[in-house]
Amino acid sequence: MDWQALFLSLRLAGWTVVLLLPVAILGGRALAQARFRGRGLVEAVLTLPLILPPTVLGFYLLVALGRESPVGALWNDLFGHQLVFTFQGLVVASVLFNLPFAIQPAQRGFESIPPVLIEAAATCGMSPWRRLWRVEMPLAWPGLLTGMVMTFAHTLGEFGIVLMVGGAIPGETKTIAIAIYDRVQAFDMRSAGVMSAVLVLFSLATIALTYRLSARIGGAR
Amino acid sequence: MSLNVRLEARAPIPVTAEFEALPGQILALVGPSGAGKTTILRAIAGLLRPDHARIEVDGDPWQDSARGIFLPPHARRLGMVFQTWALFPHLDARGNVLAAMDRPDPARADRLLQMVGMNDLAHRRPAALSGGQQQRVALARALARAPRVLLLDEPFSALDRTARERLQAELARLRAHLTMPVVLVTHDMNEAQLLADRMAVVESGRMIAQGSVAQVMADPDALRAIGLREAASLLPATIAAHLPDGLTQLDSPAGPILMPRLDGAVGDTLRLRIMAHEVILSRARPEGLSAQNILAGRIARIVPGQGPGVMVHVDVGGHEILARITRRALAQLGLQPGHTVHAILKTMSVARDHVAARGATA
Repeated sequence: MDWQALFLSLRLAGWTVVLLLPVAILGGRALAQARFRGRGLVEAVLTLPLILPPTVLGFYLLVALGRESPVGALWNDLFGHQLVFTFQGLVVASVLFNLPFAIQPAQRGFESIPPVLIEAAATCGMSPWRRLWRVEMPLAWPGLLTGMVMTFAHTLGEFGIVLMVGGAIPGETKTIAIAIYDRVQAFDMRSAGVMSAVLVLFSLATIALTYRLSARIGGAR
Repeated sequence: MSLNVRLEARAPIPVTAEFEALPGQILALVGPSGAGKTTILRAIAGLLRPDHARIEVDGDPWQDSARGIFLPPHARRLGMVFQTWALFPHLDARGNVLAAMDRPDPARADRLLQMVGMNDLAHRRPAALSGGQQQRVALARALARAPRVLLLDEPFSALDRTARERLQAELARLRAHLTMPVVLVTHDMNEAQLLADRMAVVESGRMIAQGSVAQVMADPDALRAIGLREAASLLPATIAAHLPDGLTQLDSPAGPILMPRLDGAVGDTLRLRIMAHEVILSRARPEGLSAQNILAGRIARIVPGQGPGVMVHVDVGGHEILARITRRALAQLGLQPGHTVHAILKTMSVARDHVAARGATA
C-alpha cells in the first residue's frame, strides 16, 4: 500500500474541490439563469472533457502548460520552476478536466429552482448576493454537493491526464491511480489489489451518496 | 404615499398605461387574460423594465427612463403576493416572513402571522400548508417590509371557491392595516368589485377606463371589454337579523333585503353585488310576485349601449343600482330619467359569493 500516493491523491482531490466550488456556484448559476450569446458554445466546450480521451486532453494540457507555452513561461518567470510535472500543474489540469463534473450538477441544481422564487426573493428586498446565499444555495445545494463529490472521486481515479501532465514523481505527481499501474508493472499484484479495493470502496460510497442526494432534489419539490 | 405610474412597454406584450393609486385604497386592474395587467404589475415591481416609464412613489422615482433611473426590485420597498404565492420551500412560515425583513424582527414576524391567522402554523413549511394558508403567509411576508406599495397578482385565482371567499373576506377585514396603495390584478370581476375602491380596465395592452367602481360600470366601453354579463352594482348593507326560515335580513339604504342565510353576525356590514342582468324593472309596485326584494327608486340615467340592450341607472336611497334591459322593454314602459321605478331582485339573484365583509375603514 503506497500511503504517500493515496495521501497525494486526496490532497489533489481536495484542492480541486476547493478551487472548483466557487466556479461551480457562479458558473452553474450563470448557465442556469442568464441568457447570453454563446451560451450553447460554452456548454458544448464544458462537455468536451467528458468525451475526449484523457490522453488527448492530457496531451493538449501538456502543450498548453509546458515551458514553451505563454502560461508555462509566465509560471516559470513567477515561481522559478516549470508548471508541468509538478503538483501545482496537476491541480491546474485537474481543475480543468473536472469542470463538467462540477458545473453540470450545479447547473441542474440551480435550474431546479422555479424562477418565481428568485423574483419573490427580489421583491422581499434581497440583493442578488443575498438571494444566492439565502434562497438559491439552500435550494441548489444537493446539486452542488453532487458535483463536488463527483469531482473528488473522479480526481482520485484519473490516470491518463495525470500521467501526461505530471508523470510519476513520488510525493509530487504520483497519485494512487499511477501507483496501482506502477505496482502492476512490478508484478506486485497484492499491493495493486489493496489499492484498487480502496478505490472501489470509495467509488461505491460516492455513488450511494450521489443517488441519495439526487433523490432529495427530486423529493424536495 | 401615492403611486404614480406612466409606462409604455413593447415586450413581452405592448402595454401602455397611466394611473395613480392612492394610499389605503385598493386599485383593481381588471381585464381579460393576456391584456397586460400582470405586465403592468411586474413593471411596478421592477421585475421587468419597460422602454418608457415613470414610476414614482410619493415623488420618489423607482423608474424614470427619461433620466435613466431604474431601481432594481430589491431597492424598491414593496410587497408582492404572487399568483402561486412563491413561498421559499426551505423555510417555515415564520422564516418566510423573516426573510423579507432587512433586520429580522421575530416579534414583528409573529404579530404579522397572528394578523393573518397563521400563528399556530408558524413552524410549518409551505409543503405542509394548504393553498389558503400559503396565501396568508405570502400576504404576511409581503407586509413584512412595511412596503410603500402592495402588489397582489391574482392572489385568489389558484384557490378553491370556499377558500377564495373566506380569504377575500379576510382581506377586506385587513383593510385597516393597509395604509399604502394596493394594486390588485384580477380577471375576476366579482373579486374586483367586492374588494376594490377603484378600478382600471385593461384591454389589449391599453387602459380603456378607470375610476370608481360605479364610474367604470357606467362606462359602455369598459363594460364591453369586461363583458356585459359582468355589469353589476354595489350596495352596502348591514346584517339586521337571521330569520327562523333560513333567510338573512339585511338593511340597505334602499330598504330591507332578504338573502339566503349568510355567515356573519348581526351588525356586520357587507357589500352586495347586484348583477345588472338579473334586475327586473317595473313602473308600478308589483303585487303577487314570488320575488322578495323590491326596491323603489328613481331613474337617474339611461345609457344606451351597442346591441339591443340599455343600462338603466336607478337611484335607490342615494345608491345607484344598474339594470340591463332591452330597448324594446324601455320603449314599452316609456321609461325616462326622473321616473319612479321598482327594481325587483329575485331573492336568489344575489349569490353568496357576491357578498364580502367590508373593513372598518372601507
